[in-house]
Amino acid sequence: MIAVDVRQLKKTYRVFRKREGVLASIQGLFHREYHAVHAVAGVSFQINQGEMVAFLGPNGAGKTTTLKLLSGLIYPTAGEATVLGHIPWKREIAYRRRFALVMGQKNQLWWDLPAQESFRLHKEIYRIDPGDFDRRLDELTTLLEVKKLVSQPVRELSLGERMRMELIAALLHRPDLLLLDEPTIGLDVVSQRKVQDFLKSYQAEQKLTVLLTSHYMKDVQALCQRAIIINEGEIKHDGPLAQIVDKFSTYKVIELLFAGETRPVGLERFGEVFDDNFPRAKIKVPRHQVPEILSALLSQFALEDVGVHDRPLEEAIAEMFTTTKNPSAEPIAAVGAAR
Amino acid sequence: MRANWFILRTCISERLTYRGDFAFATLVRFLPIVTQVFLWTAVYAGNTTREMNGYTLHNMVAYSLLVMVGRAFSSMPGLANGIARDVRDGTIKKYLTQPVDMLAYLFWARVAHKLVYYFVATVPFALVFYLCRSFFDEIPDLQTVAAFVLSLVIAFLMGFLMETLIGLISFWFLEVSSLIFIFMMINYFLSGHMLPLDWLPSLFKTWPAAQEFVSRGMMFLPFPYLAYFPASVMLGKHGGQDQWMYLGVGGMWVVLLFVANRLIFALGVRRYSAFGG
Repeated sequence: MIAVDVRQLKKTYRVFRKREGVLASIQGLFHREYHAVHAVAGVSFQINQGEMVAFLGPNGAGKTTTLKLLSGLIYPTAGEATVLGHIPWKREIAYRRRFALVMGQKNQLWWDLPAQESFRLHKEIYRIDPGDFDRRLDELTTLLEVKKLVSQPVRELSLGERMRMELIAALLHRPDLLLLDEPTIGLDVVSQRKVQDFLKSYQAEQKLTVLLTSHYMKDVQALCQRAIIINEGEIKHDGPLAQIVDKFSTYKVIELLFAGETRPVGLERFGEVFDDNFPRAKIKVPRHQVPEILSALLSQFALEDVGVHDRPLEEAIAEMFTTTKNPSAEPIAAVGAAR
Repeated sequence: MRANWFILRTCISERLTYRGDFAFATLVRFLPIVTQVFLWTAVYAGNTTREMNGYTLHNMVAYSLLVMVGRAFSSMPGLANGIARDVRDGTIKKYLTQPVDMLAYLFWARVAHKLVYYFVATVPFALVFYLCRSFFDEIPDLQTVAAFVLSLVIAFLMGFLMETLIGLISFWFLEVSSLIFIFMMINYFLSGHMLPLDWLPSLFKTWPAAQEFVSRGMMFLPFPYLAYFPASVMLGKHGGQDQWMYLGVGGMWVVLLFVANRLIFALGVRRYSAFGG
């Protein structure tokens, strides 16, 4: 069953172009120049119920704008979307009860009060049955290891603990859809791991539909089978995460362990040597030349071990982003459009 | 309604977090009344029988004390700025994605704010009124007290709705500090905070038509209901029938401002949805 159905969704912002200098600032009081930013430029995708999908892209790619569209915070310039049978930007109360949006550190907890008080308020706002509330709170605080912290003011919690409390607040009403924008941003590795482990087990158990944006590939690899990659407002890839490296990485890495005491000479003829730490070395080589380069290396050097690896996911994605970059803004308004 | 009750409860808990600071700020607000008493005593040169525009020194001090009570209901510190901050930094998302009505949420938060304030301020208020009891010439009848209580409710509702309205303008301008400043200036003058409003017509002594217009027209503005009206009701400045008519006018302003709030909020959210978020 389809939970999220997005068709040709577009969002264009009109942005004021401020020129440098005092004179230009004074001119700007009378004549303003705007340009259009195509934050989302006609994206289409579907997410099945119970699926956990990563939404990847560099800063300004359109990820957060898409999440805002799906949560009904903004309405689109064009296109359609149906989420859990609702049109998000109608902002129906019935829809608001069925999803949760967690945006990084923009917290929905009361800063000066224990998280427990925010949870109780959520219980009333979302009309959660008291029995269900106690059971879920107990379950979530246990899974996220924050049981002892719920009666401590939120301001006294660490960032990682606060993030876990945010997740509890978002899940107490048992939403059908969870929109997560950078859930592990700024967290230490231990907290990141806890959040990842929790999301993984909770999503599998509850069959929750999750759309996750993150810059941490470890989050993505740990949690998602499928990734949608967006850049410059357009979808560049929608499919299994495993395909990304095959599809976008034009290089592979050959890792060598040399036999003997003599440092080999002329390694750079075979590719870019980026980790030369004798007796070990790593060479970046074009994918299609791997067989012949490997054979040449084996014939010319005494090797104790050799391995061929795909480049890390984040490098493949970064490479894709840098190769597709082009200007996304175009002027729309005549100079002098007063505001 | 149950959710509103919980919003109220949670806000009360939050208000009580910084007890020391809150109690200190509440008490400091009583200081201006001391200067007011000294100021008016100096203006009247200590003469308790002299009248200025129908006010003796006793009336004037009593008026100042009652204006203080009215403002305790109508002033909404931080409300408009808080809304503007929420719009600017995106906290407003919380209200738009959760099944809550933002304006109702803000209303109950403000009720909580005021309840805690009254809780802390009741004793100092009682003390000030006890010490200044000689300035009140007569004990008001029950009907006047009832009208006074109603006028305070109207003062609270209008204060909330006017300040929220300014805050909601931040959907268009993001920064509303200047608007708040202008509002405060107008409010200080036209709400009767600075001087009793029935002094104004005397400014137009040489122009009878204008005098009549100001005298009749000022009570149809919203500002007098923030401070002047409750004080003047308690001082018996309005005849029995006028008092109820003005309560009706105040009530109509509440309805009008409520409708304006809803409209501006709907338009503001629409604009926010189109341009930002």
